[in-house]
Amino acid sequence: MTAAMLSAAATSLSVRVRKILARDFSLEAEFEAGAGITMLFGQSGSGKSTLLSCIAGLIVPDAGHIVLDAKVLFDSQHKVNIPARKRSVGYLFQNLALFPHLTVEQNVQYGLAKVPAAVREKRVSTILESFRIAHLLAGKPNELSGGERQRVALARSLVTDPKVLLLDEPLTALDALTKSQIIADLRAWNASHEIPIIYVTHAVTEAFALGERVIVLDKGRVVAKGTPQEVLDAPRRELIANLAGFENVFDTTVESVSEAQGTMNCHLTGSEVNLEVPLVTVDHDAPIRVAIRAGDIMVATGKPVGLSARNTLKGVLVSLRREVVTMIATVNAGVNFEVHLTPNACCELNLKHGDEVWLVIKTYSCHLVNGDDVSAVN
Amino acid sequence: MHWSAIILTLRLALVVCMILLAIGMPIAYWITYTHWRWRFLAESVVALPLVLPPTVLGFYLLVAMGPQSPVGRLYESWMGHGLPFTFAGLVVGSVLYSLPFTVQPMAAAFALVDPTLINASAILGASRLRTFVRIILPLSIGGVITGVVLTFAHTLGEFGVVLMIGGNIPGVSRTISIAIYDDVQALDYASANNTALLLLVFSFAVLSILYAVNRSIWAVWPMHR
Repeated sequence: MTAAMLSAAATSLSVRVRKILARDFSLEAEFEAGAGITMLFGQSGSGKSTLLSCIAGLIVPDAGHIVLDAKVLFDSQHKVNIPARKRSVGYLFQNLALFPHLTVEQNVQYGLAKVPAAVREKRVSTILESFRIAHLLAGKPNELSGGERQRVALARSLVTDPKVLLLDEPLTALDALTKSQIIADLRAWNASHEIPIIYVTHAVTEAFALGERVIVLDKGRVVAKGTPQEVLDAPRRELIANLAGFENVFDTTVESVSEAQGTMNCHLTGSEVNLEVPLVTVDHDAPIRVAIRAGDIMVATGKPVGLSARNTLKGVLVSLRREVVTMIATVNAGVNFEVHLTPNACCELNLKHGDEVWLVIKTYSCHLVNGDDVSAVN
Repeated sequence: MHWSAIILTLRLALVVCMILLAIGMPIAYWITYTHWRWRFLAESVVALPLVLPPTVLGFYLLVAMGPQSPVGRLYESWMGHGLPFTFAGLVVGSVLYSLPFTVQPMAAAFALVDPTLINASAILGASRLRTFVRIILPLSIGGVITGVVLTFAHTLGEFGVVLMIGGNIPGVSRTISIAIYDDVQALDYASANNTALLLLVFSFAVLSILYAVNRSIWAVWPMHR
């Protein structure tokens, strides 16, 4: 390892692991994470928790290399495997794993056994204040609310000054407000500590809202990584489109390419519909699909004129239903499009079943998804 | 009333409890957490006294302790006398005979401790010993107390093993149950009844008090919660 590589690893976590978990399922993941929140996103059974356990030292990978803050935690080649208790890792379990027989104070102090008493007390009181739980000191975990328990568990993990914090879907059960407050406190804490925080989630809303970076894991493989915007906006893989909640995915063929305009004309298979989409390189041997988010499609009751949007399609409203605060419309314009509107918009347009409507779709709202072989991503 | 037999029996039960607490707890811990593929063999050996007739266990112990065996000869050259028909011999036999009564409730209680708590403790830097003392033991204290109480009660009422390896020497190896057996053999039913009733009442009282206290203090009963 060169000096440059060492210094690059100084504030980051670098992971490359392989672990065979069943005859037909193995985890083979490689990623790096710097300071800040990295969302590790994938459906249940994608290997997210196993990956965290490998980093924490609770599971021994079959092969690989894990480096944290320039310290080798695991190296199968050189037979290095630092035990969990010496890894300087913070881990927030899905069930939080607060010790039920100990008070909040004893729980938070637990990881500071080797620290002198005076320093210990100071660190405990500082962290309790950072997470606004100083008043809960004498309480037992079963006397706390869900949000308070999360805060105690976070404080317990962070008081030891870990070099990385691993969060295994800890906030999924909380309401959005409590969750965002806890994340804000966590960010405030991390502003002065600057450690990588790996946040595992299977919820799309969390994955693309809470972190600076997203790693998408599917069937034990990393299929995409980057900023939320990068991962969401360029779902070149159908899989990611499905994961990221693209409601409209159509088989398509490229009819013509206009390099000067930076666009392509695509024909939706089995229909008369043509769409203008942004120019991308496609592999014509693999299936090509176009993905459009339901919320990116506009509805007009008359033929729109004077629009910049390049795709206007005439169709018939075939169904309309309400889901909490979203109106979900299905419009047949040769193929069925799912369109999301606000209840107010729906009201003003006076939309009813059987109405003739126009769909307006910007070129840049159309995302080409090429192929379904996930192994060739990146 | 056979006071010397009663005192001897209580002494035996106390010594056996202390020894088994010291060796039964590590065995229970090991059986609970080992990934050894032959673990079931160890479990079977520990559980053997539950199903074996006490006379069979007593017979083999007698042979193993006797002057024909290396262990017996070693002990005799060391202590100047043999192990059979002594209090120490009784202790050895009783420890083996009561082993499952210590180990099984403890192992059952350890196994009920949420493994993520053990993982959390390790990640927070605790050694296995600290994790055991601070997390596993407090959370399975009910099972540990059950193990000790059962061991005590079981040793109080022991008969077959004691008879085989201890004989019937007053003040050395004559326990309550043997004294009762003696009385019955001599057709002294009144004396037998006195001692038997005392043993019955005492055992019942000990169990009731400890079970009641155990329930109200720790409120966790690993065998049926």
